[in-house]
Amino acid sequence: MSSINLLIDIVLLTMLVFTTIAIVRSRSLFAIVMLSGIYSLLSANIFIILDAVDVAFTEAAVGAGISTVLMLATIGITGYEQKKRRTISWIAPMVVVVITGAVLVYGTLDMPAFTDPSAPIHQHVAPRYINDSPTEVGIPNMVTSVLASYRGYDTMGEVIVVFAAMIGVFSLIGIREKKSEPIHAEPPARPILQVMAKFMIPFIILFALYVQFHGDFGPGGGFQAGVIFSVAIILYTLTFSQQDAMKLVPPWVLKRLASIGVLIYGGTGVVSMLKGGNFLDYSVLAHDPIHGQHYGILIIEFGVGLTVACAMMLIFFAFISRGDKNP
Amino acid sequence: MTFIIDALSWVCLMMGCFLGISGAVGIFKFDEFYSRVHAASVTDTLCVFFIMAGLVLQSGFTLVSVKLIFAVVLLWLTSPVASHALIRSAYHTGLKPKLKTSRKESAKRGQS
Repeated sequence: MSSINLLIDIVLLTMLVFTTIAIVRSRSLFAIVMLSGIYSLLSANIFIILDAVDVAFTEAAVGAGISTVLMLATIGITGYEQKKRRTISWIAPMVVVVITGAVLVYGTLDMPAFTDPSAPIHQHVAPRYINDSPTEVGIPNMVTSVLASYRGYDTMGEVIVVFAAMIGVFSLIGIREKKSEPIHAEPPARPILQVMAKFMIPFIILFALYVQFHGDFGPGGGFQAGVIFSVAIILYTLTFSQQDAMKLVPPWVLKRLASIGVLIYGGTGVVSMLKGGNFLDYSVLAHDPIHGQHYGILIIEFGVGLTVACAMMLIFFAFISRGDKNP
Repeated sequence: MTFIIDALSWVCLMMGCFLGISGAVGIFKFDEFYSRVHAASVTDTLCVFFIMAGLVLQSGFTLVSVKLIFAVVLLWLTSPVASHALIRSAYHTGLKPKLKTSRKESAKRGQS
């Protein structure tokens, strides 16, 4: 069994290396975007081999899914080919790369060896989570309890990063609103795609909600659910038109919802402070600490999902409203 | 009985592998975009079906089988549409299929 695992590991890592080399050598931006999607999918497979299902899910949804779509929308604005650069001498970059790499390798020398059982993380952090989280937090998926409860600050930071990215995109390019009404040609412009998209979108949204609210019990959570939800709308935008999608989910609503998501997360922390606990200490939210943890995790996961979904949709709208080069 | 099911599932898996590999060979061997997509898309539906059928036979009447069948249905619905979208956008961006005889010639031949 372990030899099969080793074989799969070797194959996947080899493919990762080849993909990286192809990304570096390619000049076509379109191919590079596609290859980086493949790279994310391969690393998701590696995470599954390592039994890190939650991380694999996130990597597949965010890395291979939404970031590829956002990149494609971006190169719709910029063009498909890399610009020709002046050829420069390779000596100076080589020196920089060698020195940086040597420093990085030197930095890892102090770290405990990979899978070393006496490493500090296996001495007190991991056993504490594994032993105490069923009684302290009481939800079956330990990853969610670490992510949402023990490491609530970090996750809040991640949500704020997503929100800040959205604000950054908006302050740089913004959405160009088109005043024209959507044109519904008869027969429809892309019949097969539109019928299939109409069929798939309810299932995608249902799956997103499942991932959102099942995150306590299985792999999943707000980030993945938000991304999957926004993918449904992006599919609608791509197969129908941007005007249709903006009529369905107007950007001004999305902007407010994205901020409400962050507010829900922070507000949960403030409420737990008002009830006499620490910031983001959910045990005080209900009479029973375990119930409080449940409520807290559900609420902040909802906030995460809301912010991520709205931010992704808005960033996509902002990119696609700029360039109509893609057919 | 178990032997028959095992044999059936192995036949399915082998067929699936054969189709998958033939699709990969087709992608590399054909010299033009449309025939390459043809090779990939025609094989991947049936290849997926055979491999999943083999796995369903292996796992028996369990929840895993149900999930596998759902996956097959999903892939059967989406992957032909994905190929269609790929070909469609290629055709609309102006990539012409390489034909042995051009369209005018074949039309003439049809008339005469």
